[in-house]
Amino acid sequence: MVAYLIRRLLQTLPTLLGVIVLVFVLFRFFGGDPAEILGGLNATPEQIMQIREQLGLNRPVLEQLWIFVRQIFTFQWGSSWATHESVADLFASRLPATLTVMGPILLLDSLLALPIALVVARWRGSLTDRAVMLITTLALSISFLVYVIVGQWLFAFKLGWFPVQGWDASVWTNLAQYAPLPVLLAVAVGLSPQTRLYRSFMLDEIDQDYVRTARAKGLGEGRILFGHVLPNALIPVVTHIGVQLPGLFVGSFLIEVFFSIPGLGREVMLAVNRSDYPVIQAVTVYLAVITMAVNLLTDLAYRWLDPRVELR
Amino acid sequence: MAGTAAAMNGVWGAAARRFRQDRVGMASLVVVMGFAWLVVAVAMGWLAGDWQRERAVSYAPPWGAAAGPAAMQPPESASEVPLLSLADVDPLAPRYAEWAERAKALQSAQPVLAEHLPMGADRLGRDVLAKALRGSQTSIFVGVMAAVLAAVLGTVLGAIGGFFGGWMGDVLEWVYNVFTAIPGILLILAFAAVVGHGSTGVVLILGLTGWTGIYRLVRAEFMKHVGRDYVRAAQAIGAPAWSRMFRHILPNVSHVILVQLSIHVVGFIKYEVILSYLGLGVGLDEVSWGSMLAEAQSELIQGYWWQLATATGFMAVFVMAFSLMTDALRDALDPKLRGLS
Repeated sequence: MVAYLIRRLLQTLPTLLGVIVLVFVLFRFFGGDPAEILGGLNATPEQIMQIREQLGLNRPVLEQLWIFVRQIFTFQWGSSWATHESVADLFASRLPATLTVMGPILLLDSLLALPIALVVARWRGSLTDRAVMLITTLALSISFLVYVIVGQWLFAFKLGWFPVQGWDASVWTNLAQYAPLPVLLAVAVGLSPQTRLYRSFMLDEIDQDYVRTARAKGLGEGRILFGHVLPNALIPVVTHIGVQLPGLFVGSFLIEVFFSIPGLGREVMLAVNRSDYPVIQAVTVYLAVITMAVNLLTDLAYRWLDPRVELR
Repeated sequence: MAGTAAAMNGVWGAAARRFRQDRVGMASLVVVMGFAWLVVAVAMGWLAGDWQRERAVSYAPPWGAAAGPAAMQPPESASEVPLLSLADVDPLAPRYAEWAERAKALQSAQPVLAEHLPMGADRLGRDVLAKALRGSQTSIFVGVMAAVLAAVLGTVLGAIGGFFGGWMGDVLEWVYNVFTAIPGILLILAFAAVVGHGSTGVVLILGLTGWTGIYRLVRAEFMKHVGRDYVRAAQAIGAPAWSRMFRHILPNVSHVILVQLSIHVVGFIKYEVILSYLGLGVGLDEVSWGSMLAEAQSELIQGYWWQLATATGFMAVFVMAFSLMTDALRDALDPKLRGLS
């Protein structure tokens, strides 16, 4: 187990290096010139040269890359070029807003989709099943953008059930007042694909021999579904939740832009538009690390869910 | 050679037979074919060629609908304050008459602007229906081309990784890990900075970032097939590696790629909408479902719902037909999975 963990952790190093180099190359060679963006329209060439000097943009490319690699491994992220806010502060102040919105979305999505999927898979081909499949197909054919535009217009602007947008310093006010509409809309969008996916996972299990055996020995349907089918179908479900988890931390940037939520996703958009390299680099590396950590945890969860799984 | 051709015909023939029995699949195929005809007609300029022309008053409502709320408001009454004559101090006053003379010499054609259009008009008086037709062409073209690019990239890389393994496989796995470790939106924004805007740009962005899923599946399929008897037999009679990869194994896994291709078309069309909303999508002189929806956000608050409704309607019909067709295609090509999702 320890050897497995060490091997997995060592395997992440080349990936991390690749991420750093790819992001560096993409933004440094093809992105906008940060000095010109920071200098503004009225900057003289001397001023721009001065900014480049200050940011270290004049040094050799390899030296710049080395500076960033050193920053990553010493956790000295530096500060944003555009606002001079330190990257650590930026994370600390934006992450709570993102989590306040994304946490309920992920939780509700999974908790609603699992039982619906279980029920329609059990009565596969029935009227309910076909109705659910039809509704999800319909729901999936409409753009996320339309849900947000129409939802914000109808529930906030016309009916006034929710504030159109806004954010507060208190977590409870946010959860009670500002988060419900974005959460509701995101769940409405995410529920359909989730239900269809989980239904296919359940169907993989529901025709297996052990289900027939359980029925033959007289178990109740509830015991069969929740005691036998669900635990076996959980492995792909956990994989899928694991895939979504890193997104929890960056947030749905569209939701944050639409509802003016001061979260990480919006910050990333701003940083890319301003070629704010320290922020981009930090967010990317930080998310790559989270993604790899979640993948490792997912693999460990397999072992816990199904003792037959061997970790190699 | 004749044997393999007959066997392939058998597999695809059987799939075609199964597909024809699927009524939902056939109906959706008809709809998709209709859209395909529309794409060709718009691309050739037979339809919606003049979508940029001003055809009606600004925000003309669709047939059968009352004028928009803003249009019903009475015009602002003229200012109550009497206008002062500035002729004494205005240095340009002596020349106004001369300019009026010269203006008469020029003719400006005022087009006859309609009060109603089938699906209404946008802010610039352009026909929303023509825009939607033109937008369908752009969006479907972008989605299909991006999916083809992603499928080609994923197939070639997956074939190499799965067939050769070894250090080449390791390098490709490393590239895959790097691409999947970066959050999707950051990758897309980064590539957007690289390839620039316009519909070709969107195709490149989506294709270059979206190949990972196909790569993974194709790689797994190739790894499964590479040790099978027919591939080893081909090797024994001296077929080179590329021939075994693309003439022997590829036809046997092409159904997986075909299904993935159509799944990605729908996904990329939805992504194009979001990219266009963020301003990274199609250019200003182009129109797509995404750029129509991006305009629709501010229109809806003013009560002009028709552009939103038209773009959503076109997109919903196409995406739904295409998804149902994909489901039928998968069922026909892989009967084991029938009705799973």
